[in-house]
Amino acid sequence: MLRLGSNLRVACTRALPRNQILRTLATEVHANTKGEPIDKETVRVELPADSFEGYMLDPPELTYDTEKSRLVKMYKDMVTIRRMEMSADGLYKAKKIRGFCHMSTGQEAIAVGIENAITKQDDIITSYRCHGFTYMRGASVKEVMGELMGKRCGVSYGKGGSMHMYGKGFYGGNGIVGAQVPLGTGLAFAHHYRGDKNCCFTLYGDGAANQGQVAESFNMAKLWNLPVVYACENNKYGMGTSIQRSSALTDYYKRGQYIPGLKVNGMNILATYQAAKFAKDWVAQGKGPLVIEFETYRYAGHSMSDPGTSYRTREEVKSVRSKRDPVAHLKQHMIDWGIATEKEVKQFDKDARAYVDSQVKEADAAPAPEAKMDILFEDVYVPGSEIPVLRGRIREDSWSFAKKGFAYR
Amino acid sequence: MFSIKRALTKAPAVGQSFRALATAAAGAPKTMTVRDGINKAMEEELERDPDVFLMGEEVAQYNGAYKISRGLLDKFGPKRVVDTPITEMGFTGLCVGAAFSGLKPICEFMTMNFAMQAIDQIINSAAKTYYMSGGKLPVNIVFRGPNGAAAGVAAQHSQDYSAWYGAIPGLKVISPYSVSDARGLLKSAIRDPNPVVCLENELLYGQSFPVDEKILSPDYTIPIGEAEILREGKDVSIFSYTRNLNFCLEAADIVRDKYGVEAEVINLRSIKPLDLPAIFKSVIKTHHAITVESGFASFGVGSEIVAQVMESSAFDYLDSPMERITGCETPTPYAKSLEDFAFPDTPTVVRGIEKVLSLGAWA
Repeated sequence: MLRLGSNLRVACTRALPRNQILRTLATEVHANTKGEPIDKETVRVELPADSFEGYMLDPPELTYDTEKSRLVKMYKDMVTIRRMEMSADGLYKAKKIRGFCHMSTGQEAIAVGIENAITKQDDIITSYRCHGFTYMRGASVKEVMGELMGKRCGVSYGKGGSMHMYGKGFYGGNGIVGAQVPLGTGLAFAHHYRGDKNCCFTLYGDGAANQGQVAESFNMAKLWNLPVVYACENNKYGMGTSIQRSSALTDYYKRGQYIPGLKVNGMNILATYQAAKFAKDWVAQGKGPLVIEFETYRYAGHSMSDPGTSYRTREEVKSVRSKRDPVAHLKQHMIDWGIATEKEVKQFDKDARAYVDSQVKEADAAPAPEAKMDILFEDVYVPGSEIPVLRGRIREDSWSFAKKGFAYR
Repeated sequence: MFSIKRALTKAPAVGQSFRALATAAAGAPKTMTVRDGINKAMEEELERDPDVFLMGEEVAQYNGAYKISRGLLDKFGPKRVVDTPITEMGFTGLCVGAAFSGLKPICEFMTMNFAMQAIDQIINSAAKTYYMSGGKLPVNIVFRGPNGAAAGVAAQHSQDYSAWYGAIPGLKVISPYSVSDARGLLKSAIRDPNPVVCLENELLYGQSFPVDEKILSPDYTIPIGEAEILREGKDVSIFSYTRNLNFCLEAADIVRDKYGVEAEVINLRSIKPLDLPAIFKSVIKTHHAITVESGFASFGVGSEIVAQVMESSAFDYLDSPMERITGCETPTPYAKSLEDFAFPDTPTVVRGIEKVLSLGAWA
């Protein structure tokens, strides 16, 4: 039974039958978030009361002012990511993308909200569900799609694939569940070491939240007062295992125990943006780490190999998509608050589609890395400091860096 | 009959150590323990580059579980020398993340046995990242700690991981023997932009070796991947590294006295890359060869050396098959009477030499 009304909360630890939404912070109807233009440039946003829940802290203000252009930008960002992921879906089915491919459709508000709240000097690190973050951190859609298709124009020159995309201030793209959490703690350690005022947003999922190395990271971050924002993207399922079946405590924002936490409606870009600003501010003030739980949902399965229906119902997916879609909500807000007309928004959609489609086309036409030994063996070590010989599949094919040719021919 | 060099390189009795006092008035010491060599190397690198820091269990206030980092906290402070909780996976990942950001961590494991807890961060996060990122993200990090057996520490604290790390593209692996190795290789490792695993030996920490002005210079580095001819010979090549070289040198003396055989003892110094040209050159010269290591025989460093020789033109110069001397295939027993059978010693190395040269029992 669906609970209507934003002030009711479903008990998190009670086991629920599969055909119910496991946990919602708000069964959101778009009208719950209010907005009031104050002048030509600015709009005053008023978030619904249940957008945030604090643990050992006072949550951010529900009301804040922001530029109208910011909302437009965030909308365009989300639509571009959505379109990019949908293209990847199609290309995977056409077998132009191989291996693993983890979609983030439905979760766009998190990557976009965070990027809009931080600077280029801050760091982000996340898991394999990373395409949206890669784009937001500065890669072009062509570079992301190129990497997915194993092209030389890809963000990692075709060497990494879907799970291993990097950029300035963006440290992946990590394939091992939870490994990024100590890494992100180390990135924050470096900021602390250097005495700069920057932070690291370290993202992980509800599945990863149970990893021991996450607890180890929390401990060191709190002990040493590191500027790290631990951000759990709780999309209710770790692969096919619901949070109810994986976690003794599903309040991921409380898992930091001695670290203050904030739970956020991750389907509302206006809430995720405010939360990310709050978090950045928190660590910049030297208050140490913070744990954020973005409550969100993924429309697609865990990856392209997972239809996503054996462990949840189609009704559930449809329900979230129709009631809580971050893109649809922001669209409606912009229209309701006079920031953009329906026609203008449609144009944003068309432009995003055109941009993504053209970038996909370029990436598709671009060449794969040449099937040459010097490219195969490139970047195993930093150029100039390679070991003398790297073995090929057979001794004859071993490569010499000094000779820039085969070692034993 | 003992040569001066042998007296200095022979493993001291338990409880003894030759501590060389380096006072400004007395001038440079003539010998130094491996412990002091590593200590001084880290001190110099911390001094030289503000991005270098040391992190590990007990490295700061305790002065190091084996006193390797003695005095470093006092000199550099808690920002550069960091005590961690007992959370290897966490602090190793943290060090790798700091390296992503451009710092140059020295990540110390109390023993390499505990690094197994963190091995995903070493292999998947450190070793492979430069490649996966298409060359965008170098990882300038050193993982170091004592490797292999100590004495009586039993199965979970005695494993030798050379072969495991040696297999991984993207890593470099070094294993010093002498003080000049320890200083030169570790400094190269810290300055190397790639992830380097430095496998030390607890029983060697207290052993003294000769040093000179050159070795003690703050910029003394040895290139990674260069073996050293510890003892020249013409009849048989012995390839080994770290503490086992003590036994190889003693065995070389024994076979010289007993059979007039001159063994060439090669200190590999580097496991990845192996100095293959030096190995092949020695085999071509002596026509007989053995390898000596503490790790298990299966899929080990010796296996790799034998395979490399067999695949190369050096094979044609062998007059007999090569033999591997290794740790025995059991978890390390505790009782001394059994532990004595677990790892190579001088008599076993002698038996290996005798086999490949068809001497003694093989005559």
